[in-house]
Amino acid sequence: MKILVMIKQVPDTATQVKIGPDGKAIDTAGITWIVSPYDEYALEEGLRIKEKRGQGEVVAVALGPDRVKEALRSCLAMGADRAIHLNDPAWERADTLMTARALAAAIKQEAPALALFGRQAIDDDMGAVGAAVAELLGWPCASWIMEESVDEAGKAIRVGRQVEGGLELFDLPLPAVVSAQKGLNEPRYPTLKGIMGAKKKEIKDVKAADLGLTAEAPALSVIKLETLPPRPPGRIIQGEAADAAKELVRALREDAKAI
Amino acid sequence: MNVELTDEQKMIQAVARDFAEKEVRPIAEVIDREARFPRETVRRMGELGLMGIAVAEAWGGSGGDTVGYAVALEEVSRACASHGAIMSVNNSLYCDPIAKFGSEEQRRRFLTPFAAGHKLGCFSLTEPEAGSDATNQSTLARRDGDAYVLDGRKIFVTNGREAAAALVFAQTDRAKGPRGISAFLVEKGTPGFTVVKTEDKLGIRASDTAEFLFEGCRVPASARLGEEGQGFKIAMMAIDGGRIGVAAQAVGIAAAAYEAALGYARERKSFGVPIGRHQMVQWMLADMATAIEAARLLTLRAASLKDGAEPFGPQAAMAKLFASEMAMRVTTDAVQVHGGYGFIKEYQVERHFRDAKITQIYEGTSQIQKLVIARHLLSGAAAGS
Amino acid sequence: MAGSFWCLVEDDRQGNPKKVMAEVLGEAGRLASQAGGQAEAVWLTDKATEAGIKQLGEWGAKRVLLLENPAFAPYRGEVWAPVLAELCLKESPQAFFGAVTARQREAMARLAARLGAGLSADSTALALEDGTLVATRPVYAGKLLSKMTWAKMPWLATLRPNVFKPADSQQGAVAPVEKPAVTLPAAVMSLVERREDSSTGLPELAEAEIIVSGGRGLKGPENFAILESLAKAIGAAVGASRAAVDAGWRPHRFQIGQTGRTVSPKLYLGFGISGAIQHLAGMRTSKVICAINKDPEAPIFKIADYGIVGDLFEVAPLLEQEFKKLLEK
Repeated sequence: MKILVMIKQVPDTATQVKIGPDGKAIDTAGITWIVSPYDEYALEEGLRIKEKRGQGEVVAVALGPDRVKEALRSCLAMGADRAIHLNDPAWERADTLMTARALAAAIKQEAPALALFGRQAIDDDMGAVGAAVAELLGWPCASWIMEESVDEAGKAIRVGRQVEGGLELFDLPLPAVVSAQKGLNEPRYPTLKGIMGAKKKEIKDVKAADLGLTAEAPALSVIKLETLPPRPPGRIIQGEAADAAKELVRALREDAKAI
Repeated sequence: MNVELTDEQKMIQAVARDFAEKEVRPIAEVIDREARFPRETVRRMGELGLMGIAVAEAWGGSGGDTVGYAVALEEVSRACASHGAIMSVNNSLYCDPIAKFGSEEQRRRFLTPFAAGHKLGCFSLTEPEAGSDATNQSTLARRDGDAYVLDGRKIFVTNGREAAAALVFAQTDRAKGPRGISAFLVEKGTPGFTVVKTEDKLGIRASDTAEFLFEGCRVPASARLGEEGQGFKIAMMAIDGGRIGVAAQAVGIAAAAYEAALGYARERKSFGVPIGRHQMVQWMLADMATAIEAARLLTLRAASLKDGAEPFGPQAAMAKLFASEMAMRVTTDAVQVHGGYGFIKEYQVERHFRDAKITQIYEGTSQIQKLVIARHLLSGAAAGS
Repeated sequence: MAGSFWCLVEDDRQGNPKKVMAEVLGEAGRLASQAGGQAEAVWLTDKATEAGIKQLGEWGAKRVLLLENPAFAPYRGEVWAPVLAELCLKESPQAFFGAVTARQREAMARLAARLGAGLSADSTALALEDGTLVATRPVYAGKLLSKMTWAKMPWLATLRPNVFKPADSQQGAVAPVEKPAVTLPAAVMSLVERREDSSTGLPELAEAEIIVSGGRGLKGPENFAILESLAKAIGAAVGASRAAVDAGWRPHRFQIGQTGRTVSPKLYLGFGISGAIQHLAGMRTSKVICAINKDPEAPIFKIADYGIVGDLFEVAPLLEQEFKKLLEK
């Protein structure tokens, strides 16, 4: 069973982000990059499906500039068999739709049984690419999955989809798209052997033309990035606990009108 | 000159840091207090490939190098120096010499499961009367047909109680002095081989430090590592590599203490400002950071010489000497920055301070390192360096 | 029709629109009045009620497009997206808004791909600038705001709950109901089972107006009872930090932060939460933030409107008493 796992390289949460000179993108100098955490859940689940079945192939796919190879290599170190890097200036300003079109085209070429995504990437938090890819491919899709099992024949997947107030269990015929929610699994660390072996695995470079795509105008574009408006300075309420509690409740009612 | 880590080394560092932060640091305080050997996390280190980093994959190792080993060991030691000691002994003092001197059969039996982390190894050289003067071995290995019979007492064996096998040094020909020493691979459970005690220590309290007694312990001749009389050379080679490990461990301990001091200096207020605003504290922090960086570079330099198959013994000794002295100073200063709080067990610098001490002692005291370095300088081999 | 600002109805599966729809309809109505258009509701459901339809009208929907069919429940993307797209192609709405809920996030993403249109997910502000919609979205763990715009209509967006001003209820306003004929695609996914979360008796986290949240400072799962008791007194939901969830003290669905839920209540009370960036990402758009922590250096105090440096085990019960006194008045 072939499984494609779509990953995105994003700035580490703890990294300071600064707005770049054009005002529309961040300044990437000095940023620590990581694989988006939800994508790690997706990769881990892909590896577990393969391990449970005792055969199959897990392919990590990412779109982005050269630096993205580092993220793909860490997926290879975790256990992915090979990687595909969608790397072309045509995708420099890719929005959700353009990204989804590129990934859908790559998935179509690879024809996997399962396309795994993270619930959302923690840079732009759009959380739309997986579902968009499913739509473009005409595949069923379950987002925010908390559990899954693939049937023995490899023809269907049962997933638990998180919704407000509960979990919905669905059967999806394969091929299908699913997106991983936190709680699905605990991603493994790459082993040192995996790290050393990663450089022997293939990372295939794919250009837009290889997928029959050309540059297109984004459907949604950034006008500008802004820093947060400063929050008014807070007030530390001093005094004994009982007095402080009384004063806080008063302030919430009378000053902030929050209750 | 390239002082950048390779992509693989960076990834090894990141994995070791992540693992150490999430799984080792949370237990470091309690295992230190209880002097409890951390079996579960040691098993996890094996799974991750941290127990045989520079050993070839074919022999159960990770196929990495000494630089990768040094950066990983620093990260693990930063979280817990006891884990660092356990890891360092298995990698440098046990696996490394067997990889180099072992026969096919010895590697299969005594290397593969140990490099893979399924079993733990130890290195048994020191005796009550043979510490810094390690040539003064009184443990005897008497040839008896197709076997050797070991008699003697070994002390301060790191991993000694937990290990499944020991690399043991003994005299096969007392008349030859150092050239009469041979190395043996002895499995636990071999009749006549007993662990008689475990030490209660000042630092690295969660590591296991044991005393061995050999009484008519019979091992087959095939258990001898290398040639008869080659033992001291094997021991010295292993310890040369081990010093890189101790240096990395010292850097890790110092880095942990420094980070704690830095955090404390930002938060703790005196005279109305965080103490980090006081110049005397700033000086201490600046000195700490500089010394750590210097020690780290010396350590990586020695490791990269070893990886390049170049002579590295003197550089390993320099790294070990400098890093361990540095660690003692930095942890002392870190306690000082904490003031009275640094002296109590609730703050981790107290542990770092105790843990740092051993790095000046084992695998050759600081005084022995100076001898090694000086001997090298005066031999003329250092000309031009 | 051009000038229509559509709102996809999120319902409670009992035939009533959820409270968040007052916010979506309110915002759509506000923008539509500036654009010379009107807010309209699009409701795909297996069950609508009269009361529910009436509610949509009172929240400002000038028209309700009702598609009532068992095939719409449970939500399945392959059924919803083609139907929504067909409606859009037929009626060419100017904008189409949804709420940030599990199913609407997915449905709108599929619709956007089908239409080749842009989608601004999890928007926290919308404005018309020179006749074009501009959305504001928090990005990079909420450290920056991104202003975005669309290349063409319909402008698709999902709106973060509790951020937009809810519509004032207009008593007696009635929205005409239309039931457009659409082609119903066959479902591919099949529901096996729905497992309801055990009820806490407290409001749903994403929609709660007040949230009481606990972190590592609670020291153990049993101490969440202290927060639950306080929450009951003031009608709040109870959340948790990642540290508390990763320690196994609370299930993941209660986690607030980057790898949990994003919330935006009127009042957020954090107990024993240090305020790591990843936690702030999930709650910094809260209107009033209070922090109770014994560490005066905890980063949460930097964004808190009110703070008490103290022992939460002492302060929380005192706050509960004070709130009770206030609410009894």
